[in-house]
Amino acid sequence: MARSLKEALNSGKFVVTSEIGPPKGTNLEPMIHHIDLLKDKVDALNLTDHQSSVMRFPSLGSALIVKERGGEPILQMTCRDRNRLALQADLMFAYTRGIRNVLCLTGDSTVVGDHKAAKGVFDIDSCQLLRTIRQLESGKDMGDNELDGNVEFYAGAIVTPEADPPGPQLIKFEKKVAAGAEFIQTQAIYDLDNFRRFMDFAGKFNVKILAGIVLLVSARMAKFMNGNVPGIFVPQALIDELAGAPKGTALKKGIEIAGRMVRQIKEENMCAGVHIMAIGKEEVVPEILEIAGIS
Amino acid sequence: MIRSITRQKTPEEISGLLEPFTKIFIVGCGTCTTMARTGGQPEVVRMAKSLQEAGKEITGTMMIPVACDELTHEALEENKQAIAGADVLLIMTCAFGVQTIALHFMDKPVVPALDTLFIGKEKQPGTFDEICIQCGECVLGETGGICPVAGCHKGLVNGPCGGTDKGKCEVDAKKDCVWTLIYNKLEALGSLDVMRRYQDPKNYHVEPQPGKVLIPFEERSEEDGTQP
Repeated sequence: MARSLKEALNSGKFVVTSEIGPPKGTNLEPMIHHIDLLKDKVDALNLTDHQSSVMRFPSLGSALIVKERGGEPILQMTCRDRNRLALQADLMFAYTRGIRNVLCLTGDSTVVGDHKAAKGVFDIDSCQLLRTIRQLESGKDMGDNELDGNVEFYAGAIVTPEADPPGPQLIKFEKKVAAGAEFIQTQAIYDLDNFRRFMDFAGKFNVKILAGIVLLVSARMAKFMNGNVPGIFVPQALIDELAGAPKGTALKKGIEIAGRMVRQIKEENMCAGVHIMAIGKEEVVPEILEIAGIS
Repeated sequence: MIRSITRQKTPEEISGLLEPFTKIFIVGCGTCTTMARTGGQPEVVRMAKSLQEAGKEITGTMMIPVACDELTHEALEENKQAIAGADVLLIMTCAFGVQTIALHFMDKPVVPALDTLFIGKEKQPGTFDEICIQCGECVLGETGGICPVAGCHKGLVNGPCGGTDKGKCEVDAKKDCVWTLIYNKLEALGSLDVMRRYQDPKNYHVEPQPGKVLIPFEERSEEDGTQP
């Protein structure tokens, strides 16, 4: 990567980030393959942190691999598994290894994951983690103790534009920006009219917004997400479009839908860019970008 | 009223814990476990019957009015005879009662028949909610009198997480998202700006576990028995 995420977002170009899910186990080959495939096609790659509370190879280790391969990592950090000592220590370590982007998340409950009896830490929350980064940058830790060498990060957070009800979520968004979020990657959006309305609100804040695009692979997946994933709304027209695809071509249709959405967001200049989450199908991200006219 | 909310252990776990013993004395409680239907009179009777069917000898049963109360010691003394004949006490009270009884009998093993889930409130008959976890740093003044530390699965003090959905919690759709309740209350009060205020990380050691509070010497009196 020639430039950092911050430089890319400040350049005014349409920014594309994507996501890599670390493996369950120590076989890093598939992840490295995905990193090599995407590192020069997108502006930065997120490394998920035990996504959905499923224990995996760590996001920090994965971010280092992105760095080693010449990519621009966005380290995802949740507050679920580490208390304030461990989070600060990992931030210092990440900084010394050249990681500059951190996405601050509260994290899913351990109850929804694959270690259901695990203690959820939640010593601090996403807003407080953002403040912690700004505090460490000032040369002091959370206990107000002097640091011998500080950190410097480009800090981000997430928002769910389709949250129901929207009020509490939008206040949380405001608090994240006030706490120091410089970029925001959204939860998946599928209804661009709703997203435009969200941007009417969010566009007033001094923060770069990347619209979340989650690849739909079938009508069944779309219906499942509507019923089971908080803050996801797939309009019926898209479900019908996927259902109407000839047998064996639903994935192709999903890629087409994602590419079309990215293109429209870019053409209408709705926000600073997109964050493409292909969830296990990372190899199709270049195809999405091609359809979107970005490559 | 504050209630200690309990759930009965599985019959398998109870029989495992009682495996080394033959003669059993069963203790129930007339307060919280009666309300929660986990250790009241009917549950004690059912437990005695099922243990008898499993080949155990029940030397007696008793209901203590409030098992966590100091008067429990007197009640136990009254039943000394029946208790003396037992190898073990099976306690169908919350953990406060179990520990009160265990303190009384230094030479008699106790086995809890219940798990204590939380200290809660019976909001309506048959519905118990956790509304305070005794964090030591009350935030109710800034949350419309609704506690997010107890009411949010993650104890979040700066607003909801992304798992909130239609006013419910990501861990269980039967549970309210407390931040939706707080938002609605603050909106009705016309003070949503309070929710926009950044809340610092909590101090999880206001009173380091195990909690212990001593009434200051000068505030003690002979009348209430606190005089040393």
